[in-house]
Amino acid sequence: MSANPRIVCYLNQFFGQIGGEDKADTPPHIEMKAVGPAGALDTQLGDAADVVATVICGDNYINEKDEAFAQVADLIASADPDLVVAGPAFNAGRYGMACAKACQAAGEKLDIPAVSGMYQENPGLDPARRYAYIIPTSDSAAGMRSALPEIASLVEKIVSDRQLGSPEEEGYFPRGQRRTLFTEKRGSLRAIEMLLKRLKDEEYQTELPMPVFDEVEPAPAVSEINKVTIALVSSGGIVPAKNPDSIESASATKYGRYSLKGYNDMRQLDYRSIHGGYDSAYANEDGNRVVPLDVMRELEERGEIGRLHDYYYVTTGTGTSVANARQMGEDIAAELKSSGVQAVVLTST
Amino acid sequence: MQLCSITTIARSVGANRIVPAIAIPYPAGNPELDGSEERDLRKGLVKRCLEALETEVDKVTEF
Repeated sequence: MSANPRIVCYLNQFFGQIGGEDKADTPPHIEMKAVGPAGALDTQLGDAADVVATVICGDNYINEKDEAFAQVADLIASADPDLVVAGPAFNAGRYGMACAKACQAAGEKLDIPAVSGMYQENPGLDPARRYAYIIPTSDSAAGMRSALPEIASLVEKIVSDRQLGSPEEEGYFPRGQRRTLFTEKRGSLRAIEMLLKRLKDEEYQTELPMPVFDEVEPAPAVSEINKVTIALVSSGGIVPAKNPDSIESASATKYGRYSLKGYNDMRQLDYRSIHGGYDSAYANEDGNRVVPLDVMRELEERGEIGRLHDYYYVTTGTGTSVANARQMGEDIAAELKSSGVQAVVLTST
Repeated sequence: MQLCSITTIARSVGANRIVPAIAIPYPAGNPELDGSEERDLRKGLVKRCLEALETEVDKVTEF
């Protein structure tokens, strides 16, 4: 690497100090300085490297617009970096996916290393780890103080061309890569030793961990959709205005079931979005944008579906742990099945 | 089936029938359109959701 390694940081609108949800549609731009946490990272790096620029983009823009990836990649390239640092994104899902795109730009377009930080359940972890060294962080930005020194230390090792050790040694998430190295014992010997340990119920360390895919067997198709009862389910956080079940606006642990009986349009109901992960102005203006009651009723009246279930189910899908989400999904599915519902349209924000 | 904007997340958790939505804050609408245009857009999306439910799939499929 060059004498003064150049770092470009990628941040979202919030950490980039543009604003909150109302600025999530902001297109990407570059500032030729270290903004927000990038500044703190620059300080941590000392003389090891310089943060020369910060690319900032709204979380919705980068996840929704097809052209966003190329725009972000071009902006990063324009600052001629030796390495890209994205985030850290903690457990923010959209931000994690955005960081994955910034890391992909570094790896695919520029062929340079990338470093990021995420919580283990961030959906951005999987797409990002192919391109980046990602250190585990806490699930909220409260963990910034401990995340930055770890990111800085990893960056320092990479830019000084020091050979990085295994994920376990260096503390980053495994990247699914293999490296050739010399060992004292040949493969057949190690395999037999592992087998013997396994047979004796002793602990052994696999050299090839199997990936875990959350694969679900597809349900059979609905044969006569004009005869079945269909339910609406949403992770968009639309609840009665007083939020009677106190569903959390983030990291939800519960769901609600609310009646649609006798209503043809979400705007007839005094409902609002309590979701803390997107700008709820549009959903509050017209709830059909998240729970499409109006057209489901129309299709029901025209006989295109058998019936719309009398209740819809809802929770908040932001920062929600996979374990809680799975439990809620199982409970909702069981309730729907016992009510005779045969298909579900699940809408997610 | 799932109607959502970040389809990669839906894929990662095992959703098998996915319809790409309009945008994160308004998956089934578009505030830039006038009332009847927006409703037509939503109807089209929901019909695609029904089509997804009616289609036999053996792996993750986007409609």
